[in-house]
Amino acid sequence: MKRRGLFYLQLAFTLLVCAFLVVPVFLSIMAGLTVNYFVGIESGLTLRWVMEVWNGYRDTIFLSIGLSLACLAVTLVIGVPAAYVLAKRQNALTRALEEMLVLPVAVPGLATALALIVTYGSLSGFRTSWAFILVGHVLFTLPFMVRSVLAVLSAIDLKTLEEGAASLGAGFWPRFRDIVLPNCRQGILAGSLMVVTLSMGEFNMTWLLHTPFTKTLPVGLADAYASLRLEVGSAYTLVFFLMIMPLLLALQAFAKPRPAKFVAEDAE
Amino acid sequence: MTDTGNKPVSIALTNCAKTFTDGTRALEPLDLAIHAGETVVFLGPSGCGKTTTLRIIAGLEEPDAGGKVLFDGVDVTHLPIEQRNVGMVFQSYALFPNMTVAGNIGYGLKIRKVPDAQIKARVSEMLGMMQITRLADRRIDQLSGGQRQRVALARAIAVRPRALLLDEPLTALDAKLRDTLRLEIDSLLRSLGITAIYVTHDQAEAMALGDRIVVMEHGRVAQIGKPRDIYQRPATRFVAEFIGTMNRLTGSMNNGRFTCKAGGIAWPDAPSSATEILFRPEDIRVVESGEATGLKGTVAAAFFLGDRTRLFVDAGEAQPLVIESTARRDFSHGDAVGLAIDPRGLLVL
Repeated sequence: MKRRGLFYLQLAFTLLVCAFLVVPVFLSIMAGLTVNYFVGIESGLTLRWVMEVWNGYRDTIFLSIGLSLACLAVTLVIGVPAAYVLAKRQNALTRALEEMLVLPVAVPGLATALALIVTYGSLSGFRTSWAFILVGHVLFTLPFMVRSVLAVLSAIDLKTLEEGAASLGAGFWPRFRDIVLPNCRQGILAGSLMVVTLSMGEFNMTWLLHTPFTKTLPVGLADAYASLRLEVGSAYTLVFFLMIMPLLLALQAFAKPRPAKFVAEDAE
Repeated sequence: MTDTGNKPVSIALTNCAKTFTDGTRALEPLDLAIHAGETVVFLGPSGCGKTTTLRIIAGLEEPDAGGKVLFDGVDVTHLPIEQRNVGMVFQSYALFPNMTVAGNIGYGLKIRKVPDAQIKARVSEMLGMMQITRLADRRIDQLSGGQRQRVALARAIAVRPRALLLDEPLTALDAKLRDTLRLEIDSLLRSLGITAIYVTHDQAEAMALGDRIVVMEHGRVAQIGKPRDIYQRPATRFVAEFIGTMNRLTGSMNNGRFTCKAGGIAWPDAPSSATEILFRPEDIRVVESGEATGLKGTVAAAFFLGDRTRLFVDAGEAQPLVIESTARRDFSHGDAVGLAIDPRGLLVL
């Protein structure tokens, strides 16, 4: 009987997930493809709204892709070495740094954005360029890269592996390239996945940091919801979906750990 | 069969001490000379400084100021490990999980920019020598402990190092495998003729492998010598008790006889101040009934081991005497036995 109870619990959970996750997404996508949402599906299907989004907001899509890739590049260049140093030197200072790194995640994005504007808003060339948004995104996503790389580095015996490589004649750079990087590949991929998706979807901070010429996809989405027809907003969601899904799938495929095949102990 | 390419190196440590940044003294000032081609075993309990000494020789640690490490008379004290050309086998093996077995073995050669064809040849030579040819393309997580050990050895030797350093290489393995690999390592070291330094806390391993053993205690060398010397003529009580089993009787000397609770032993050339004598289990035996004896004891426990019986005999001391008896008779708890000690095995420390 206990098992039956569990079954219904699982069923209820699945239905809840469907009701709040799958169905709204599906309806939203349908709304973006419907001629008139208020009339319903009988008004017919159309790609008109998608085309309208494409024509009106194409730039925001490219900006978002570019921004998230730039953000990934910066977090890789800063985050991976940072995680390496944090993993190698465990002391009060590095622990404090590790905690401080997470602050931009805890502090509301609006506050961070406001602080950036107050400090650097007067540098007009910088303020109006997409690099201004990039700074905000890097602040926000860096801890995710550092944490996931650090988690992997802490799980392996990095010190001994490096000593092993050094004993074979490898200096610092060959060691970093041949041993450290390949062995934290999983963490780098997981971190990259987080960074790209977070940067792509970031709205909070970007809403304050953007200018009319540096509108990202989520900001454009808010724009469309606020000022245009519901169908256009929904079509925008669809476009966002089409963009982010292949990216997520590709990164997931990369990040999949290889199953360890154990081989029985041979007679020694 | 296999040349190491490089002539074996002699290693000398002068005045090498090591104090860690937190102030702990891991190693008291140490002087040590290791001959070319020799196998030296550092033996001692954990925390005795043996691994620290090995790491100083390897170049993974620098000695405190004033200490010097010489390879063939050349000062290498400040040379990092990657420039010393030593092979090292770690307790945890430190094999690279991102490379295959062959990749691991060839890594040192790749770093030395050896042409691919030569790397391949050397790797397959190493695989053959360690009898792991069929494992060449396996990943490290697909190997058993013993196989990992062989890969680690092959990887360390592949670069033809000037010296081979082994840090407790068998500790992670089960007892039976340890025995097999100990034999293999022994014949490997002999055939390579390489200078080898082997760190262990296992005295059986040390006795089997070492040309010389350096027994260490609390960051100091307690004794250096051939296995037989260390065993038969231990310099300190620590060495005597750390290596093998040592029996002990307390009492006093008078008129060329050592008298204790269990009786007396004739020992004409003993130092007159002896209040305690030490001897190995093989130097004491249970006498046949009827034979005259000066010592008596009671069997506290007897373990029949097939080829012999290990007896624990109460002789009125704090610790029972350990006796290996090959006599064809049954012993049981409470048996009164007469004992005889070969005076040549008696030690006073």
